[in-house]
Amino acid sequence: MKSKTANLFYFIPYSLWLFLFVVAPVALILYNSFLDINHHFTLANYTTFFKSGTYLMMTLNSLWYALLITLVTLLISYPTAYLLSHLKHKQLWLLLIILPTWINLLLKAYAFIGIFNQTGVANQFLSFIGVGPQQLLFTNFSFIFVATYIQIPFMIMPIFNAMEDLNQSYINASHDLGATNWQTFRRVIWPMTLPGVKAGVQTVFIPSLSLFMLTRLIGGNKVITLGTAIEEHFLITMNWGMGSTIGVVLIVAMVIIMVLTGDAKSRGGFQK
Amino acid sequence: MKRLFSLLVGILAVCALLAFSANRLQTKSGDSGTKVLNLYNWGDYIDPALITKFEKESGYHVNVETFDSNEAMFTKIKQGGTSYDLTVPSEYMIEKMKAAHLLQPLDKSRLTGMSNLDARFTNQSFDRNNKYSVPYFWGTLGIVYNDKFIKPGEISHWNDLWKSKYRNDIMLVDSTRDIMGFSLVSMGKSVNTTNPATLRAAQHKLDQLSPNVKAIVADEIKMYMADNEAPIAVDWSGEASEMISNNAHLHYVVPSEGSNLWFDNLVIPKTAKHYDAIYAFLNFMLKPENAAQNAEYVGYATPNKKAKVLLPASIRNDKQFYPPSSTIQNLEVYSDLSPKTIGLYNDLYLEFKMHTH
Repeated sequence: MKSKTANLFYFIPYSLWLFLFVVAPVALILYNSFLDINHHFTLANYTTFFKSGTYLMMTLNSLWYALLITLVTLLISYPTAYLLSHLKHKQLWLLLIILPTWINLLLKAYAFIGIFNQTGVANQFLSFIGVGPQQLLFTNFSFIFVATYIQIPFMIMPIFNAMEDLNQSYINASHDLGATNWQTFRRVIWPMTLPGVKAGVQTVFIPSLSLFMLTRLIGGNKVITLGTAIEEHFLITMNWGMGSTIGVVLIVAMVIIMVLTGDAKSRGGFQK
Repeated sequence: MKRLFSLLVGILAVCALLAFSANRLQTKSGDSGTKVLNLYNWGDYIDPALITKFEKESGYHVNVETFDSNEAMFTKIKQGGTSYDLTVPSEYMIEKMKAAHLLQPLDKSRLTGMSNLDARFTNQSFDRNNKYSVPYFWGTLGIVYNDKFIKPGEISHWNDLWKSKYRNDIMLVDSTRDIMGFSLVSMGKSVNTTNPATLRAAQHKLDQLSPNVKAIVADEIKMYMADNEAPIAVDWSGEASEMISNNAHLHYVVPSEGSNLWFDNLVIPKTAKHYDAIYAFLNFMLKPENAAQNAEYVGYATPNKKAKVLLPASIRNDKQFYPPSSTIQNLEVYSDLSPKTIGLYNDLYLEFKMHTH
């Protein structure tokens, strides 16, 4: 009896937190999305969103760039995590990968401006090998490059943890039973680290959907995502209703991603 | 359990120590005292030496917080929370803040030096008789070019930007009214156009410009232009003067057919508390020598007639920043438009941005 009330007591801070900072804000966004600029109840924001080619294009853009960023991050992170889990001083190496996350995002973005501009290090190198200076800033390439750089630690971490949990004897068993390296990877390592990959995809894809600072600083507003539109509606037009509507669309998109990548365990393991 | 307890006590002790020292530092710098002035200003928009001078002369401590758009400032003032004593909105924002009852009228009996101001820049449509505002700086929107890539005189009108040889050469400042505005002026229309069809036409004209647009950025434009990253930019006069001081190859043109004339003005928002400090500061900034020093540092044009005389001749006679009256008469001040029209401006601008890749 006593432990039960104690448990209830422990639950109070968490539920308060949950209510104040998760449930209430989401409810407010939802409520605002049904208000027009004069605070009258309306569905017009949603009809505007789904009728306007601009917003739909922007949504597709956001999804496309987030997908690209996630894919590139995954391609780099998976082998890195694999290598990392086989190294001697892995905690130290891991620390080196996490280290850049301690530096402010804005600072990192500005550093990349210095690297990619016409007289920057990257162009000096290109000139040195005889290619000549190229336009690097304000291109899709530079945007995806910087976004990937920023997201990599968040992808490596969960994959690395999954690799750590992988029992070496499974791999030995696979080899003993005559599986090739490729078969071992496809049938044993990949399925068993899949939960880590899914967690990584979630932590990278979802924030990438609404990146907006990088779109201006590195993309020169040549890459437009929904984040740009939200910023404009909240700060410039002060049409909070429309801004919230876009927010709701983003939340729904995120929920879909969560559902698609989420229930790895409940679907029951690795042999489908 | 005992270890956990001592850990907890330790953390609490550290927290208390931090809170105490932060509090001490704050009272020392006067944040919670009464001898302060909370100035809410644009970034890098006052000579820091003047703040030090004011603090020494008057004994008030100045806290400066900065914003990067009128709209962001408006939102924060409207929300209240921080007791900003003075802020620096542009002209159309003064109309908007007035309508929202966010401004307090100036007590003229406590102001000295209003007569130092140039009559051309007082008593404007946005604030008759300067009931609420003291003009701080004025300026224009124009074109910056780099003479390494562009021959002087090659660009003197807005329509020149559309020439196909400037492909991927132009940087635009990320500001709805300014970008829509120059497109409107290039079509011979007013920067305060409200007709949706005309606005739509202005957006279509901008879409034609997009192959020439290299990027749409904000403050970074200064750095890029100084580094020769792009040959042409559309930006405000003050930003241009800062670029030019970093790179002598840059020049600034205000197209003679018209552009935006803007004012930034000191006003007292509803959140103000420290009135003695406010008037001391306003009078301090109205003094010719201080206004001149500030104008030299910031690089925008001063509305203070007596201060202008004190400026070096090279600044005073610079046609780029103190344009001839034949150009000035074609310049237009932004007026505050209805939320619906502003919404339209922004939607069209967003569509143009979507078009630029």
